[in-house]
Amino acid sequence: MEAGSFLAALTPLNLLLALAGVAAGTLIGSIPGLTATMAVAVLVPITFTMEPASALILLGAIYTGAIYGGAYAAILLNTPGTPSAIATTFDGYPMAQRGDGDLAVALACFASVTGGLVGALALLFLAPPLSRVALAFGPVEYFWLAIFGLSLIAALSSGALWKGLAGGAFGLILSSVGVAEVSADIRLTFGSQTMIGGFGVVGALIGLYCVPVLIDLVAVPERHLKIADEIDTMPIGRAARLVLGSKVNVLRSSVIGTLVGILPGAGGSVAGLVAYSEAKRNAGPEQRFGQGEPDGIIATESANNATVGGGFIPTLVLGIPGTPPDAVILGALLVQGVRTGPALFESGGGSIAYTFIYGLLIATVLMLPVGLLIGRYAYRSIVTIPKAMLVPGVAFMTVIGTFAIHNSVSDVTLMILLGVFGWVVGRFGFSASPIVLGLILGPIAEQGFVQGWIIGSAMEDLPGMFFGRPLSLAIIAFTLMSLCWPMVAARRQARATP
Amino acid sequence: MNRRTALKHAIAATALSLCAASGPSSAAELSGPVNYVIPFGPGGESDISARFQQPFFKKMFDQDMVISYQPGGGGAVGWASLNGLEADGQTIMGINLPHIVIQPAQKEVGYTTEGINAFHFFHYTPDAIVVQADSPYMTLADLVADATENPGQVTLSGSGKATANHLAQIKFDKLAGVKTTYVPFKGTGAAVTALLGGQVKGAWGYTTVGAAQGEAVRMLAVAMQERHPLFPDVPTFIELGYDMVGGAYRGIALPDSAADDVVTMWSDMISQINADEEFRQQMLDNGFAMLDVDAAGMDAFMAERTEEYLSDAREAGLIE
Repeated sequence: MEAGSFLAALTPLNLLLALAGVAAGTLIGSIPGLTATMAVAVLVPITFTMEPASALILLGAIYTGAIYGGAYAAILLNTPGTPSAIATTFDGYPMAQRGDGDLAVALACFASVTGGLVGALALLFLAPPLSRVALAFGPVEYFWLAIFGLSLIAALSSGALWKGLAGGAFGLILSSVGVAEVSADIRLTFGSQTMIGGFGVVGALIGLYCVPVLIDLVAVPERHLKIADEIDTMPIGRAARLVLGSKVNVLRSSVIGTLVGILPGAGGSVAGLVAYSEAKRNAGPEQRFGQGEPDGIIATESANNATVGGGFIPTLVLGIPGTPPDAVILGALLVQGVRTGPALFESGGGSIAYTFIYGLLIATVLMLPVGLLIGRYAYRSIVTIPKAMLVPGVAFMTVIGTFAIHNSVSDVTLMILLGVFGWVVGRFGFSASPIVLGLILGPIAEQGFVQGWIIGSAMEDLPGMFFGRPLSLAIIAFTLMSLCWPMVAARRQARATP
Repeated sequence: MNRRTALKHAIAATALSLCAASGPSSAAELSGPVNYVIPFGPGGESDISARFQQPFFKKMFDQDMVISYQPGGGGAVGWASLNGLEADGQTIMGINLPHIVIQPAQKEVGYTTEGINAFHFFHYTPDAIVVQADSPYMTLADLVADATENPGQVTLSGSGKATANHLAQIKFDKLAGVKTTYVPFKGTGAAVTALLGGQVKGAWGYTTVGAAQGEAVRMLAVAMQERHPLFPDVPTFIELGYDMVGGAYRGIALPDSAADDVVTMWSDMISQINADEEFRQQMLDNGFAMLDVDAAGMDAFMAERTEEYLSDAREAGLIE
């Protein structure tokens, strides 16, 4: 933590990279189909000619900007721009529908900046001890974490509980199509080459969220979103006051995001979900979670940006990527000859790591003005564009986004099929989130279960393996709590209202 | 020009330029950034060796190499989708031996060994048993003793089912007359994480793991003819009485419908990178061993390896 590293982060070049990175990342993340991972992967080769610290600052800035940018489409189009923004659709879109879209975007910006700062500060002060958390999570813990995530789907379903569970189960089935995680068995492909790759998360996300929105846009004559009276000024003051009034929520969600970010393979989507569920659980009786509650957006956006800083902890300390963009950034570091590990934080080698962390902090702070500015333009364009341009424009981008993942037309076909299916079941009250979350969590659960089973049987102690580890027990406790809470809350409410 | 018209123009321009960019490329020339798909999670040898190639590729051929991951099934997820990818030469995929020989011989995995259009094998990594630095196993004999006393309870992580790690575990179990338990993970990166976290008692990895993890791990033995120059204190399996020499070979493939001139172009490009002194040194310093099998020598190389691995796998009981 020498002053030298801090000054190094403030050089004109590094400041420029931080600014440009955050702006570029925000724009890329806002387009459904272009994820933070892609943004970072495409821009990595540019960094080969840079100093390691500058390269890291650029990539980190792009990463954090993209995680924030995912909120735009989530709020304005009910389509997460990146998987991290899934939980932002829960309250973001309802807010946009009633004309508060600009407030939602501003809230997302403030929350993202705060969450990002918490994550980066954890990286700065607590990296080595927190990295032990990444190692302590074994296969069984991941299994229970996935089960916890699936239980949250049930608890968060604002409609009928069984519809949420059915959606989650369907997502699990979808996740099993293709080659199995551990055993490499082929499942449910019906002999088709198209299905061998299974359903990719990003394609399913675009299909299940965006296609129904597009179909409805075409089917309904009204404007897409209500326009607020003045769209030239963002309600920055109002947003700031709301965030300041929600300090506990912001802090708790940021801590959750940081911790989930530390777990390799968990990611921003899980973080947003857990933070949202905790915020809902701790909210007062007048809360309107699911109908446009500002605290909902504050929770998810601070959590997902906190995963940026959190994810760098195992990446830099252990050389184990915390999240997919971290894997790409780790590769970029390797090429530069930078060795990860505790040595990176000691003096000498420490200057790169600390310069980068300070740079990340600066980039996160810069995200506030940049994000608000871009947010204002994004809001204005989506809201004022006539539907005749909006629908083809968004449709075009979703097809390109899906195609770009593996350069595969079959991905696009599957996306459209899932989309139509999503629209049909949407008419019956099934929402997209449980399905997508089942798709994301299925492989994590399966891998954790199979590996845990192998180790447990080898040790001849299966019950002890699955139910005897302290971390697992803590997660199981949270799971039970989240499953029982809706019933407890309902009973309380029934008692309160005579 | 009002905003509507400007927007229409912008959309049209984008559409046109995208069409132009994806048009057919002339005879064997790269038309833009290439997509290098690694069928494992990040952090493993396939990933690291590709990352080392990336800047040399950019320097020599002035195109970006974008690395992406498609993990699962010990590589099977990626290889099963290989021949469905665009065959215009813009997408390549990493391949590994013995995986691509053994997996299809075991069961239906969505691809066949003959269907993999390999055009280069550029390095290999010798097998090694790795344990944590604070593990109670100080030598290979300690591990064998524990496995003999407690059959099945010595858990060893590895990079997936039917990978080189898996084959090594089976071979060694036979040679030592013990029963250990193999726990498959999604690539070496995940397997090493499990090792460091104490989820398993040891790992079947490669010399590169020892190089990457340094002080955090201890290698008990390497499957080479002679000790590795980077690790003079680590004995070979042969020295300890086990006739085991082998490792994983890594190379690159194109979809099988790729034109012959595209295959030759890629084979030459990778050979050029492989001949670069700086590249070779970087690979060696990280525990890799170099290999130079290009498209011309591919058929003979694959035939030899296929026979060797199938007989190893049959002996190991992995296939009938």
